[in-house]
Amino acid sequence: MTGHSSWPEWVYIGVVVAILVWVGADSWYIEKLIDHAPEDAEIIKVTGQQWFWSFEHADGTKEVGELHLKKGIPYKFEVQSKDVIHSFNIHDYTVMMDAVPGRINTVWFVPDETGEFPIQCREYCGLIHYNMRGILYVEDT
Amino acid sequence: MVLEIVKPRPVWQIMFSTHHTDVGLLYLITSIAFLFLGGALALAMRAELFLPGSQIIQDSMTFHRFFTVHGTTLIFLFILPFAAAIGNYLVPIMVRYKDMAYPKLNAIAYWMIPVGAALVWLGFADFTWNAYPTYSILRAPGPAADMWIFGLKILGVSSILGSINFIVTILKCKHPDLPLSKVPLFAWSTLIASVMTLVAVPTFAAALLMLLTDRLGVSGFFNPAMGGDPIAYQHLFWFTFHPEVYILVLPAIGMMYEIIPRFSRKPLFSTGSGIAAFILLGIVGFASWAHHMYATGMSFTEKTVFMIGTLAAVPGSAMHVFNFFATMWGGRIRFSTPMMWSVGGIALFFAAGSGGVLNTAMPLDFITHDSYWVVGHFHLFVFGTIAFGSIAFLYYIFPFVTGRMYNEKLGQLHFVLAFIGAVTVFFTQHILGLFGMPRRVFDYPPFPEWITMNQIATVGAMIIGASMIIFLFNMIHSSSKGKEANMDDPWGIGGKYYYPHRVKTPHH
Repeated sequence: MTGHSSWPEWVYIGVVVAILVWVGADSWYIEKLIDHAPEDAEIIKVTGQQWFWSFEHADGTKEVGELHLKKGIPYKFEVQSKDVIHSFNIHDYTVMMDAVPGRINTVWFVPDETGEFPIQCREYCGLIHYNMRGILYVEDT
Repeated sequence: MVLEIVKPRPVWQIMFSTHHTDVGLLYLITSIAFLFLGGALALAMRAELFLPGSQIIQDSMTFHRFFTVHGTTLIFLFILPFAAAIGNYLVPIMVRYKDMAYPKLNAIAYWMIPVGAALVWLGFADFTWNAYPTYSILRAPGPAADMWIFGLKILGVSSILGSINFIVTILKCKHPDLPLSKVPLFAWSTLIASVMTLVAVPTFAAALLMLLTDRLGVSGFFNPAMGGDPIAYQHLFWFTFHPEVYILVLPAIGMMYEIIPRFSRKPLFSTGSGIAAFILLGIVGFASWAHHMYATGMSFTEKTVFMIGTLAAVPGSAMHVFNFFATMWGGRIRFSTPMMWSVGGIALFFAAGSGGVLNTAMPLDFITHDSYWVVGHFHLFVFGTIAFGSIAFLYYIFPFVTGRMYNEKLGQLHFVLAFIGAVTVFFTQHILGLFGMPRRVFDYPPFPEWITMNQIATVGAMIIGASMIIFLFNMIHSSSKGKEANMDDPWGIGGKYYYPHRVKTPHH
């Protein structure tokens, strides 16, 4: 040891820890807010399989490769897979949930803008993973 | 021993030697060869992604095989063997012992690498280096997938054997007059990384066996149709491979600890802080594995636990960065090639770490996960930090290995180009991820932003490629025709080094 003082290092570590605590606390708070879907959310069954997405609305309507939703209504996706792991992703709405064979994962969102948004697969799933895409249409109520 | 310095030897004498500098040389040459092979795959992929549609690669399966072998090669056949190479050269000298503790085991650990490498490269599997079931057990084409599994098995055993050797050498063979607290920080980094290897890697070894029997259809550990759970594999995988990140990065940091005080011509700011940070990272590195799995349907509590575990690893990394800056502060810094690479590596380490904090914040992870953000993020670690530290050390140890000096101007040009290239590729990939481009895609829809950013990234990758050709030329040319180095002090900056060319060579 060269006899230098170590207080600058402690101050620096303190600042780093303070930033980390802030990041951790804030993301804990936000994640807590969005963790549970509202009770009145409409349920949509999402099934991934090599290499397309299919959707089943609460009223039994089925769609393949495209999904029509209404603006301002909360939706809860029940995501599952028929073969390998896929990941259901609507990037513009930060909807992202793995489709894992043998289990049902849920994720929810409220579309707040009308338009077309790409749906894609974000977990490698084989030959045509790059083109396992769909389109979300959000329409006015 | 070392090339050239004493007298040239036939190559088989080096190949069948068990002496630590010979095995080190074998590791060194192997790892650099695979750096170039793995890098070539990366350039092919970047060229393919320059525009939407098929460019130079005809089908998606070939592209998938490229990124699988690219990742596997650079982690297991470049970074790990490179750390083992430098460990072989320097750890016995640093702890003042005549060789590694088990010289034959050392040679065996090395010679498993070409076997594993052959399996990985001849198989050319496509299921990404994660090999997630159920794709890997139900749909991935064999025999490539099976060869990859066997190859990784062999590489895993090799790194376990190497780790045992380093641990015993450092703890049991160090000179009795040398307390552990005075052992140089590079040897410390090797010690911590080796202990982590022993704890982490057997889990993946078990997972590989389960993967194999699942592929054969005789078991169903990860197959939901037979009552298994594919997520179990991800836990086993990341329990090994999140700590593996630290196993990869710690030796690179240790190499920077060797270079930075020397070229700052000033003692290290704090050895104690460096050791403490290594131990801290070695422990908390095990508390964060499932932050790779937020999107698999984890509960809020699980996500919170692993977020805290991940954030806890940041102060340790920050202590290293502080130590480096405090050492350089007020030093008479000589920016020779090894120093430039180290400082560049620390800058990118800082950038990578900051990005990591954003990744682990739970709501943000759902934006970045499995997108190009993640590709950019971990490449800042594996290329920006680990490869930069490794290349720094290759320049640093070059005169002691070859007896000749590399070309300083070309070395600096290599750094400048590689740094510009790395920033161009990996920072752009972060932004590309925020625009939603998923990773591991052979083709993408023609969104204008995606095209522009992919083109910028490809140009950056080509700049790195050009810098690597300069590097290759410099290494080959200088090792045969370079200026003879001053073997006491190749850079003329004073002080004593560790001299691998001065160790005695016993007859084996």
